[in-house]
Amino acid sequence: MALELKGVARVIKGQDHIRPTDLRLEKGTMNVLLGPTLSGKTSLMRLMAGLDVPTAGRIFWNGQDVTGMRVQDRKVAMVYQQFINYPALTVYENIASPLRLAGLSAAEIDRAVRGTAEMLKLTPMLTRKPLELSGGQQQRCALARALVKGAGLVLLDEPLANLDYKLREELRAEIPRIFEESGAIFVYATTEPEEALLLGGNTATLWEGRVTQFGPTPTVYRQPVDATTARVFSDPPMNFMPCVKQGHRLTFGQGVNAPADGAFAALPDGQYLAGFRANHLHLNTHSGQTIELKCRLGVTEITGAETFLHLYHGTDKWVALVEGIHDLPPGAEVSLWLNPAHVYLFDASGRLAAPASYASAA
Amino acid sequence: MAQITLKNLAHSYVANPSGDKDYALKELNHVWQDGGAYALLGASGCGKTTLLNIISGLLRPSHGQVLFGDRDVTQAETAERNIAQVFQFPVVYDTMTVRDNLAFPLRNRGMEASYIKARVDQIAAMIGVEAMLDRKARGLTADAKQKISLGRGMVREDVNAILFDEPLTVIDPLMKWELRTQLKQLHREFRHTMIYVTHDQTEALTFADKVVVMHEGRVVQMGTPEELFETPAHTFVGYFIGSPGMNLLNAEVRGTKAIVNGAEVALGADYGMVSGRTQIGIRPDYAVLNAGSGLPFSVTRVEDVGRHRIVRGQAAGQPMNVILPEGTPVSAEMTHVTLTPDRINVYADDWRVQGGTA
Amino acid sequence: MDKTLNNKAWFLVLPVLVVVAFSAVIPLMTVVNYSVNDTFGNNDFFWAGLEWFEEAVTSDRIHAALGRQILFSAIILAIEVPLGIYIALNMPKQGFWSSLCLVLMALPLLIPFNVVGTIWQIFGRVDIGLLGHTLAALGLDYNYVRDPFAAWATIIVMDVWHWTSLVALLCYAGLQSIPNAFYQAARIDQASRWKVFRYIELPKMQGVLLIAVLLRFMDSFMIYTEPFVVTGGGPGNSTTFLSIDLVKQAVGQFDLGPAAAFSIMYFLVILLVSWVFYTVMTNLDKAEGQ
Repeated sequence: MALELKGVARVIKGQDHIRPTDLRLEKGTMNVLLGPTLSGKTSLMRLMAGLDVPTAGRIFWNGQDVTGMRVQDRKVAMVYQQFINYPALTVYENIASPLRLAGLSAAEIDRAVRGTAEMLKLTPMLTRKPLELSGGQQQRCALARALVKGAGLVLLDEPLANLDYKLREELRAEIPRIFEESGAIFVYATTEPEEALLLGGNTATLWEGRVTQFGPTPTVYRQPVDATTARVFSDPPMNFMPCVKQGHRLTFGQGVNAPADGAFAALPDGQYLAGFRANHLHLNTHSGQTIELKCRLGVTEITGAETFLHLYHGTDKWVALVEGIHDLPPGAEVSLWLNPAHVYLFDASGRLAAPASYASAA
Repeated sequence: MAQITLKNLAHSYVANPSGDKDYALKELNHVWQDGGAYALLGASGCGKTTLLNIISGLLRPSHGQVLFGDRDVTQAETAERNIAQVFQFPVVYDTMTVRDNLAFPLRNRGMEASYIKARVDQIAAMIGVEAMLDRKARGLTADAKQKISLGRGMVREDVNAILFDEPLTVIDPLMKWELRTQLKQLHREFRHTMIYVTHDQTEALTFADKVVVMHEGRVVQMGTPEELFETPAHTFVGYFIGSPGMNLLNAEVRGTKAIVNGAEVALGADYGMVSGRTQIGIRPDYAVLNAGSGLPFSVTRVEDVGRHRIVRGQAAGQPMNVILPEGTPVSAEMTHVTLTPDRINVYADDWRVQGGTA
Repeated sequence: MDKTLNNKAWFLVLPVLVVVAFSAVIPLMTVVNYSVNDTFGNNDFFWAGLEWFEEAVTSDRIHAALGRQILFSAIILAIEVPLGIYIALNMPKQGFWSSLCLVLMALPLLIPFNVVGTIWQIFGRVDIGLLGHTLAALGLDYNYVRDPFAAWATIIVMDVWHWTSLVALLCYAGLQSIPNAFYQAARIDQASRWKVFRYIELPKMQGVLLIAVLLRFMDSFMIYTEPFVVTGGGPGNSTTFLSIDLVKQAVGQFDLGPAAAFSIMYFLVILLVSWVFYTVMTNLDKAEGQ
């Protein structure tokens, strides 16, 4: 079982909502669509579901062309950001509703409903109405309704966005387990990089209607193919600075040198863009942090055990995430240390020229 | 600007409250220092919005007083209190230009045109909307609109306080960073008293000097981000702050030792005899996996969160999470977990027990 | 790429097309036919060209009716729209009283047109009507059968009574969609009542208000039943609006040709005015968004 998009695109009034996209989602996989608002996550999901027809390209389900087939004729389930349940029906009847439509026998329905409710920890609430439940439970109910009919494709459009932070954390930890039990293809849209990482599976990063990269989540995170992907998949945002390679030497920002070894050695001389993540900047040098970067401090944010430093490096705005509590005065000049193994180099067009060596080793 | 004092404040939405459970906000006394940056943190329904609405005057408390400086404003109208508020969803006047939006509170107060122009230009530069000053607010993106709401809150120099009600809910993660730092910078520059309501621990901790954690209508702890992280006063704070939250293990506490399912754990202080339901709390950051010492540990799942890994498992038969630095492999030899003694907190019936010198 | 699309769906539209053809297109074509021919019955037709149209355009009688019609529509719009907004603004937002208000407001809308006419025809009578009798008892010279001014006043009050609810209900729906935060923000900004209306309520009501004005314009411009029942177009011709005049011509005098020409122009005028109105309003809306 697989869902395959071949050159699928959607253009409305001359505007590219989805640029030509090739994607193959395998049976029993969790696939995250990661991108900011309006990057095309929902548009892509609607195409997968059959709610919209692509203006170009074809969609295959198990090798069969389903382009233009109505959503009712496909085995698709969808869960939205809003908690959508039938308010007048009990949780039990809510979960049973798709099965009643399918005309299953009462015994079959009862078995399926109870099984799904158990999986989503809804058993004690079966006789209650959705509006008597907490937000998290309401969304579990919607999720149960999506799962109970055994759809081969389950689409989740930012399902946790309207929940409290902690509830989100709990449900997020459960979704991979639920998904493993169901065996369906899951597609999960989110704006948050952390959520993508926690869900695991595969991630497709989206930017302005284009899938910039698709692959196993940790791979996309550690080996982004271009600067856009790296930017989409970093929270705090990825830090960038200009870099020049000449011979065996890399010159970062305002004249900080480092030897160009490893993957950097083979690069042609020229201008590059160096990118690195916030947690790879350090206030001191433990081991291998050989690049010293002098920055001016903006505000600091303390999160309990860690501190976010907002920095100005020339014209570049950076964020560093360092361990411990550092209540430094704004405007101070500080030195931050970086290990060259954590640096990605992107070429003039934004494509990855050389990956960070720590990532290829991992 | 003024210090804000809450005296014996309580609120119930029920006309004749019969018991504690009828109170959305249980009695509290609190002083918000002039110029402080505070966060009110809690889950939905914990009473934080009720408290905010009482301060802003949108709601009259059923008991107690609200003082701005020495003045009792409990019965005063919102407009009299001279506060500003930024809401969860951006509130902009669609048919006005961005400039008119920012000028609106000043014009309503009959300020001089020349002052208004200078002030609006200044605020616009600070929140980075100079380029769009003369276009209509309709059709702007959510984060641009929220910036304008923020700017309208900042535009009056004499406000007593600026209140924020989950202002970043509709903002994309990358934009959140920008808006948050802007807010922090504005606070540093103007030293307005700011009260920020949120359910998001990151927002609360990064924004505030002092965080007030609320749970079921009660303030369970107020402290700096560091205090909330290292020494949560209540198990709820331990659970609510940190991601994942603090591990809580049922244990028997005897002096400087805790017994967890028969295994002994050294504590950083002397707790003597602790009665009631006792638990020890340890942050996942302060638990270390190893091959043979400490509590027996079995791994159930490992999550790669990018900058670190979360190892979920069972320690001495109780659920426990451990954080490993990025790049550290999880090996089969990791059969035990040690807990850093002076990072362990002891709880009796959910409240933290202060230890004596060991 | 549409090969897999279900083209059979078009057959489902066929019954609707047939119904529309019989109910609208064919009758309209009949009228067009009448408007360019002369007939003396027996289905004998003589080509008349644009003669009837010329006659209608130059007819003093139609001019007078048109004038009255425009005046009538202008007056009722000028009363019903502000009054409807005012009522909507002052209706309770929730709870029992809000439901009660909604039911009371909806009542006049549920009464058939000719019944509304009959109610007011009796209500305004000087001999047995409560309104007419009271006014007469107060010493006012009120008699809609004899006095054109009284006739107009009665018809306008009747229309306001009948239709202001529609405007109010639509505005009320628009107001309900405004989140509470907007009012709170306005209080904090110290906005006056007028500014709250001008910058929060009016922009949010704009869409429904457009529909309300359009509906009220079309309806009032085509008004027939109620004034016909109350005054029959009199006294004299003082309340003979376009449609009453049209019926007099077509049914009363059996001048089918001129009546057909007249009704086609009538139809086109309403269509044109509505279209212009709608385009102007929506473009205004778009221009503001820039």
